[in-house]
Amino acid sequence: MRLSRDFRGTLVIAVCGLAFTLFAPEVLEFFTIITLSQVIGLAILALSLALVWGFGGILCFGQTAFFGLGAYAYAVTATNIGGSTGAILMAILVAAAFAAILGYFIFYGRVSDVYLAIITLTVALILYSLTRRTSGPEYKIGNALLGGFNGTAAPPLNLPGDAGTVLFPEDTFYVAMIALILAYVFCCWLVRTHFGRVCIAIRENETRAELLAYDIRLYKLGIFIIGAALAGLGGVFFCVGVSRVTPDVFSLSQAAVAIIWVIVGGRGTLIGPILATFALHYLTASLGSQALLNANLVLGTVLIVFVLLVPKGVVPSIIDLADIRRQRRVARSRERRLRLRRTRNGNETAGVGK
Amino acid sequence: MNRAEIVLETRNLSMHFGGVRAVDRVDFSLSENELRCLIGPNGAGKSTFFKCLTGQLRPTAGDVLIRDVDVTGREPHEIGALGVGIKTQVPNVFEGLTTEENIWISARRWHRSSRARTLTTETIERLQLGDVRSEPVGRLAHGQRQWVELGMVVAAEPWLVLLDEPAAGMTHEETVRTAELIREINRTATLIVVEHDMQFIRMISRRVTLFHEGGILMEDTMEAISADARARQVYLGHRA
Ligand SMILES: Nc1ncnc2c1ncn2[C@@H]1O[C@H](COP(=O)(O)OP(=O)(O)O)[C@@H](O)[C@H]1O
Ligand SMILES: [Mg+2]
Repeated sequence: MRLSRDFRGTLVIAVCGLAFTLFAPEVLEFFTIITLSQVIGLAILALSLALVWGFGGILCFGQTAFFGLGAYAYAVTATNIGGSTGAILMAILVAAAFAAILGYFIFYGRVSDVYLAIITLTVALILYSLTRRTSGPEYKIGNALLGGFNGTAAPPLNLPGDAGTVLFPEDTFYVAMIALILAYVFCCWLVRTHFGRVCIAIRENETRAELLAYDIRLYKLGIFIIGAALAGLGGVFFCVGVSRVTPDVFSLSQAAVAIIWVIVGGRGTLIGPILATFALHYLTASLGSQALLNANLVLGTVLIVFVLLVPKGVVPSIIDLADIRRQRRVARSRERRLRLRRTRNGNETAGVGK
Repeated sequence: MNRAEIVLETRNLSMHFGGVRAVDRVDFSLSENELRCLIGPNGAGKSTFFKCLTGQLRPTAGDVLIRDVDVTGREPHEIGALGVGIKTQVPNVFEGLTTEENIWISARRWHRSSRARTLTTETIERLQLGDVRSEPVGRLAHGQRQWVELGMVVAAEPWLVLLDEPAAGMTHEETVRTAELIREINRTATLIVVEHDMQFIRMISRRVTLFHEGGILMEDTMEAISADARARQVYLGHRA
């Protein structure tokens, strides 16, 4: 069945990811490895949007709100309790709880798709201006100064239960990669469960799903919260990678690039947006070191090219191509068999005639 | 009609869109195991009536009672959860999913995974959709899409079934098969079927309700309605 083929694909990708995890520190420079942890955080953000938008059909333009909240929650908690394990859980929890409240009003209030995009983006932008205004010494949560537009320091990861043993950048990279791979496998599993399939069905036709007695508000809220929790986890690795979290995580451009990753990588796939994040980050990073072309300009051009020429995104287009080729192959072999049979039959008739 | 047998009832049901009285003070009742046909010219309010019954629209006034429980204003999924299935006039299917997935989603709502799978297979056979089992429904011909939607309704094993123009756009053979299927469903369920095709109605129904301008004009056998002068004028006349 198709199911097993899909699952094999997931496994292959997970193994490739593991191989990359093991070999990257061998071949890449130390500095690149440090940056990679941050990009992995962004890739988890892309994955969360791929789930919520690509599979749940919920265009959450402000997915970065949960990402940023996760990052801030991690930084503040880790600074206060002096350990990273509880802080990671806190990041996931804060993002999920915030999404639960916001999502409740959105989905149970039956806010339409367009307004949902606007509301979530607005929430991210409100958080942006709120966090920017926290520059005084009075803006303090426990021991953590929020620091206004300079942001707040994000402590590094440490061994679970042993706050004294801080992880090296390579180890942080390993942890981040494992988290990304697990998050990816989790999402692949999720979209194949009954819950996930109902979410996809809702994306395809809300009315039909409701008439089949599914409470679509509940399912949408569910996938929205799961997506937010993932985004919160992404926020952790992002801020650990940079050692800091600033209000920029909530900025308009951050929200926009997340959408761009999913469009370029392809809605309806989970691996596409992850790969697009790495690729586009590499692209902008290499453009950043020269003055000839503006990085944002290039990113904008990439987006326009994709929307016009590859509207489905890279990965779905490749899958389509492969499908077409397979179908052609099947058709060709069937034709050959038919022709063979016809000539054989022809011979027989000829034989009878003799 | 015996009161105890009534499974669906509307009292003074009205649905107005601004000045348009799509459904206007309708008192309707349906007994258990009945197979009722709803006819009437385009714009008579049949689809709107269905939408009020299934919670897709909240009526402007009046009540809907299912098995003596007032369900007015409930959400569509709550009505569905009571065991009411509907095929809408404009096909509502999961375009991007395969025939199998469409029907599985419906069966899985009520059954554990393994039972849902067998029920899906059975439904596909029953509706003769085996050839397009793995095709995305968006790519199917109109008649087959209608059947996929019917399959979804059937796979949920509802006791009350509403079908809004189930044979629209079908070939003659397809129509005949649909009529057979409807009679088959009627063995275990109560039905209301909206149709325009008179031959089709004669194939399936004893009692017919004629809608006109948002209200019930008359309720009788097809023969009696065909013979009635008023009915001919509002409806049959239009078609001649
Ligand atoms: N959502 C709506 N808004 C405004 N008018 C509507 C709406 N739905 C239906 N109508 C009007 O209500 C009347 C009944 O429509 P409908 O129930 O579709 O009739 P039928 O199914 O009998 O052909 C029509 O005049 C139609 O234009
Ligand atoms: Mg209609």
